[in-house]
Amino acid sequence: MRFARRAWIMAWKDLTVEGRSKETLNSLFFFALLLIFLFQFALGPDRERLTAALPGLLWLGFILSGLLGLGRTFVGERDNDCWDGLRLAPGDKSAIYVGKLAGNLLLMLAVETIFLLLFELFFDLDLVAALPGLALVVGLGTLGLAAVGTLFAAMTAHVRARELLFPVLLLPVEVPVLLGTVKATEAVLLGEPLGAVAHWLKLLVAADVIYVAIGVLTFDVVLDG
Amino acid sequence: MWFSTADRRLTRVLGWLAALGLVAGLAMGFCIAPREVTQGNVQRIMYLHVPTAWVAYLAFMIVLVASVVYLFTRSVAADRLAQASAEAGVVFTGVTIAAGSIWGKPTWGIWWTWDARLTSVAVLFVMYLGYLLLREMIDDRERAARYCAVLGIVAALDVPLVHLSVFWWRTLHQPPSVMTPGPVSLPSAMLAALLVNVLAFTLLYTYFVAKRLSSLRREHEAIA
Repeated sequence: MRFARRAWIMAWKDLTVEGRSKETLNSLFFFALLLIFLFQFALGPDRERLTAALPGLLWLGFILSGLLGLGRTFVGERDNDCWDGLRLAPGDKSAIYVGKLAGNLLLMLAVETIFLLLFELFFDLDLVAALPGLALVVGLGTLGLAAVGTLFAAMTAHVRARELLFPVLLLPVEVPVLLGTVKATEAVLLGEPLGAVAHWLKLLVAADVIYVAIGVLTFDVVLDG
Repeated sequence: MWFSTADRRLTRVLGWLAALGLVAGLAMGFCIAPREVTQGNVQRIMYLHVPTAWVAYLAFMIVLVASVVYLFTRSVAADRLAQASAEAGVVFTGVTIAAGSIWGKPTWGIWWTWDARLTSVAVLFVMYLGYLLLREMIDDRERAARYCAVLGIVAALDVPLVHLSVFWWRTLHQPPSVMTPGPVSLPSAMLAALLVNVLAFTLLYTYFVAKRLSSLRREHEAIA
């Protein structure tokens, strides 16, 4: 109970800061819009080509905005010299990780919702029918992305060339999540039952469990040794 | 420290053993192992490719073990072992990919294909390059050790996931055509040559790691 409460305070703090400044969310909204333009320029007006590439494009958008959003997880603490405050917080440090992860998860899900709406609007797609399956896949994939992203964001917060290093470290680790989500999204958009991609969903669940477990177990070490 | 004069002598012996093994491996690969019927002499690259791949996986396994040991004991020696092993592992992974490419060009007609195994080894390569990069970017040695230990664990536990996902990605997409290794029964001369080379490259890896450990130790002593 104490653990959940401390995690909640962390997430609440981050969400309040974001709610008041809207720094990350606003920038990511425009970033999403620009990515949609870029996708359109890259693919041209051919609808069939777009439909074939859609699952990949969707996740490309998610991961690119995720790289920007997740990379900023600890920027507030670093710039305002609050890192020591985190270190001095009493109790199990993994509560901080869980709180940060929850905040990131909500932020990313918000950005992904915007993305889906923009896709639907600009490419005249009908995603409503696929929504339940899509929500499951997006949820599982985003958790995998955010779990490692939050951990690596803490690791790269005090490193030279961190803006560069964060994606370089995160992208190869996320290969299983990306392959799984793209394949599962493809199946969901084609209207196939989820059972057809059950193996991918299991892989995503396994990846989520492993990533979150590593994060919870090692965050203490990352924060202050 | 356990790395004293006696150990230096041991390292030297290890180096000579590795050199001897490599010469023996070359001799067996080129003279004793028979020429493969369909592929011809190109197939002999296997005596380099398979041993380096094995050593690369061994090296990353040792990075994992050393990282876990470091997190529990905070022993500087474990961190040095992780670093030395990761460096050697990246080198051997690079050699594996290069050798495979050189074999692939005459055999498949292409330098690279997005086959499951090629892709997963490439991901592995990039992942551990990132590991070395992270170490390079942190000035504080104790912090570098902590972060790299965490990354070493994440990367190693990710390897099975990468393998599985890339395998499904390829096989569900199109059935593997060229690289499905059925139950290959190697002629005994080939198998012997392969085993000698595996042993030789494992010795070479051990020698590299031992050398790097002593240079890292001296580096740390000079800074401290």
